[in-house]
Amino acid sequence: MSQLVITDLHASVITDAGEREILRGVTLTLDSGCTHAIMGPNGSGKSTLAYVIAGHPKYVVTSGTITLDGQDVLAMSVDERAKAGLFLAMQYPVEVPGVSVSNFLRTSVTAVRGEAPKLRTWVKDMKTSMADLQMDPAFAERSVNEGFSGGEKKRHEILQLGLLAPKFAILDETDSGLDVDALRIVSEGVNRYREATDGGVLLITHYTRILRYIHADVVHVFVGGRIVETGGPELADVLEAEGYDRYVAATA
Amino acid sequence: MTAPTIALAPPTDLSPRVRSLVPEDFAKPSGREEEWRFIPNGAFAQFMEPVEGAGHVIASASAATVVSIAALQSSWLPIDRPSAIARAHVTHAVILEIPADHESTEPIHLSLSGTSGVSYEHVEIRFGRFSKATVIIEQPIESAVCGSIVVTVGDGSTATVVNVSDSNRTLESLLTWHADIGRDAHFTGTQVSLGGARLRVLPSVSYLGTGGNAQLLGVFLADEGQFMEHRLFVDHDRPNCTSNVVYKGALSGEKSHTVWVGDVLVRREATGIDTYEINRNLLLSDGARADSVPNLELETGDVASAGHASATGRFDDDQLFYLQARGIDEETARQLVVRGFFADIVSRIPDAEWQTDIMGRIGARLGVPVEIVGDDE
Ligand SMILES: Nc1ncnc2c1ncn2[C@@H]1O[C@H](COP(=O)(O)OP(=O)(O)OP(=O)(O)O)[C@@H](O)[C@H]1O
Ligand SMILES: [Mg+2]
Repeated sequence: MSQLVITDLHASVITDAGEREILRGVTLTLDSGCTHAIMGPNGSGKSTLAYVIAGHPKYVVTSGTITLDGQDVLAMSVDERAKAGLFLAMQYPVEVPGVSVSNFLRTSVTAVRGEAPKLRTWVKDMKTSMADLQMDPAFAERSVNEGFSGGEKKRHEILQLGLLAPKFAILDETDSGLDVDALRIVSEGVNRYREATDGGVLLITHYTRILRYIHADVVHVFVGGRIVETGGPELADVLEAEGYDRYVAATA
Repeated sequence: MTAPTIALAPPTDLSPRVRSLVPEDFAKPSGREEEWRFIPNGAFAQFMEPVEGAGHVIASASAATVVSIAALQSSWLPIDRPSAIARAHVTHAVILEIPADHESTEPIHLSLSGTSGVSYEHVEIRFGRFSKATVIIEQPIESAVCGSIVVTVGDGSTATVVNVSDSNRTLESLLTWHADIGRDAHFTGTQVSLGGARLRVLPSVSYLGTGGNAQLLGVFLADEGQFMEHRLFVDHDRPNCTSNVVYKGALSGEKSHTVWVGDVLVRREATGIDTYEINRNLLLSDGARADSVPNLELETGDVASAGHASATGRFDDDQLFYLQARGIDEETARQLVVRGFFADIVSRIPDAEWQTDIMGRIGARLGVPVEIVGDDE
């Protein structure tokens, strides 16, 4: 059993105009095997939270802590966090021209597992995982995310989730830009990961529709850089019906 | 922090320069001339006057022959003082003939070496009509060289020449590299610039008939203190030909300086041509300077397409973050990004072993060589 603990996290974005506080005291505990949904309006800081957990250099933590099984995540470099078992599926996956998907995946898996996968099983694993996500095998030879459609990029993120098998996965709007079929395929990928590894998932989303495919144990409402309410799955339905107006008005 | 320098000059008159076998026909450059203005003070001075006891460049490829320069029949004329001095004083020429209709699947490896610390170079490669071959030239590693490569691309042939400049880091080299492209012929000239203290390469093409196609590709990697200038001239003097120029450079370390100048002249008679040139530079650290000057001069508006572009940028933090967020350490991530930057040029070398060799050298130059798992099946 693993545990990811975020305590009173404050963080700012570094811009040309200076630092601007975005996260204003986030506290959250995620256990393996559990899925927490984070729902909130545009600009409330959901992606910022995801980036700060992963260690993006654009953000500074001004106070608070993040620990993974008691270890200080904030003291780790970006790659150390990945090796420690954290994974971020990005809202906007980055294109890396000239680096093939297969080379990227193998380099990544080798780094995270600490040893190169056996060639024969590796090729088979990659092919199976791609087939599960209905990705054309030709993607393996294409440059990372370059020219991928929005949906293809998201499948590629979930492909990595399956192969890297992290302790905790932060999925930042993995559902946005997906049609119904793609949403189902991607959700099945997330569910396979949960079953195979008993991993914990932090599911950032705008919409409840992904929660029809991926069961969330806990739903957090995220407004103005912090969690303003926490409830069970039924809270998502309330948000769907009523929107965030009530919370936004309260924090404004 | 030194800001990247990007110079975008308006089109200049690119029409013929002086061409002559007589060194005295070219004045000693003062440094104020357009074509010498980027050269650091004192650079290449050894090539501005004849060198007493200079040697010449020889080749190890069995396919090539070394002949006395007196026996050489060549219509090529030097374009500047150093190339004229080299032509006037070189004693031997390296000749490689690809017979008409010959198709070679294996690349022909032309490994050059100098006979002295300073060696003059004259290499001629002739692709016969309808031949198809790839020639990889490796410039001398232990000699400072000055001279010319002259390529004749016969009608209907497909000619690929890769020139690798990777000499010891104390040496200067200065090469002109011209290709005459026959009717309906395809020429790909790829320059790979890695080594040397100071390097100046002047690739140029002109056309002997209609339907010729030129690809001028280049990768260069300059680090601490290195100076590299690539100055290209595409002379569109026939109708319905095409040219495509893609040069990519990466710079790292204090006082690394690269210059790329791409002159494309479309003459009045060159109707229906298609030309595009681009230079992209990646600044890997502060204190590096990349000058990039694309010049396109159109004497006719009756062209299929004509364009140019130039871009100089820094490492993309988001790319590095993405790779690192997948467990890849920063050093390896940087290597992947830079290798990826060069990959589209290197992958066009039509030989897998040479692709790996060039990529390996690039990787090794980017700091501690890291084993990167390949795409092997
Ligand atoms: N690089 C940046 N420069 C300036 N402001 C930024 C930067 N990154 C984030 N912000 C600001 O921080 C706030 C939170 O952004 P964030 O992307 O975390 O929101 P979000 O909740 O993920 O929104 P969305 O639902 O649109 O994805 C926004 O006001 C945004 O403009
Ligand atoms: Mg977001």
